[in-house]
Amino acid sequence: MERDDLIVNDSYATNNHHSEEEGVKIRKNIIKVTLILTAITIFEVFLGSTIKKEPGLVWTLVVIGFIVMTIIKAKYIVMEFMHLGQERSNIRKTILIPYIFFVVYMIILISIIEGGWQGVWQV
Amino acid sequence: MASEATQKIDKSVLWGGGRSPFSVTYGKSMMWFFLVSDALTFGGLLIALGFARYKYAGDWPIGEEVFHSLPFTNGVFPLYYVALMTFILIISSVTMVMAVEAGHRNNKQQVIKWLLLTVIGGVFFLASQAWEWSHFIHGTEAGTTLSNGYVVHGANMLVNEYGPQQYANFFFFITGFHGFHVLSGVVINFIVLIMVSKGMMEKRKHYEMVEKAGLYWHFVDLVWVFVFTFFYLV
Repeated sequence: MERDDLIVNDSYATNNHHSEEEGVKIRKNIIKVTLILTAITIFEVFLGSTIKKEPGLVWTLVVIGFIVMTIIKAKYIVMEFMHLGQERSNIRKTILIPYIFFVVYMIILISIIEGGWQGVWQV
Repeated sequence: MASEATQKIDKSVLWGGGRSPFSVTYGKSMMWFFLVSDALTFGGLLIALGFARYKYAGDWPIGEEVFHSLPFTNGVFPLYYVALMTFILIISSVTMVMAVEAGHRNNKQQVIKWLLLTVIGGVFFLASQAWEWSHFIHGTEAGTTLSNGYVVHGANMLVNEYGPQQYANFFFFITGFHGFHVLSGVVINFIVLIMVSKGMMEKRKHYEMVEKAGLYWHFVDLVWVFVFTFFYLV
């Protein structure tokens, strides 16, 4: 089968191997990320099971906190576990830029919920 | 890893043909593009959930009041079981990334060990989800009495005791769609495990198939992180 991942001359993208010493360093980083993800999850459950869900400033702040913590967790999973942080920046941008759509979704959702734009949707 | 991917290369050379401009294989970039589209599907579901929650604001059930059971106990443990499921999935993601790392050192025995642990983690998650679905469908002893005197226990596609019908439907659809992804991930990981133990990757001189299966598996974990926040916590 013809190889499709030629980088330069006779070098291929899949030729990237690392030594035992580098492996030790990488595994240390994996354990660090694991501890961060676990700590955030425990903190989320602690907040979710102790703070009452009633409309108000406290709960709004907690929800914003949940969303921020979720995005932090997502960042660690994508950048460290999926190694996107170590890829070439052109593929990184190709993958991440489509999620601008979600920002648009969120703006519409929030604007409907907050009511400011409700008139815009009425015919 | 990837020393070449971090080098600065002139654009005309990078896109001039005769080389992989992303410095990845065709298979890996296509796996990424599939995951981008799959994430948009899940995103659409979660946005729809947001609209339904807004529409039924006030009536929407509270996560920790619906999901507060642990297997083999009768106590009230708000969200603990879902948190345990989240933890199982995160740990199986960790064992997967360990398998990928061992693959970069061409260490077949360690790849087999970590992949096997990943498959076991996936099976544990699926079993937990089956238990939770069963618990959700059977419901509580007391149930909820409707206005016509009919008592509802648990949930089905037409009626449920927890709140608006959309609540159960979104639960079945979102966690079901995610669970199906986990199931296919476990099958893919198992197939790759067999390929590794048969020595196919040694013949290829690289373990990229483990990396591609790993991307899918991490994605499944990533989606669950969002489902956990937006379905159970918020």
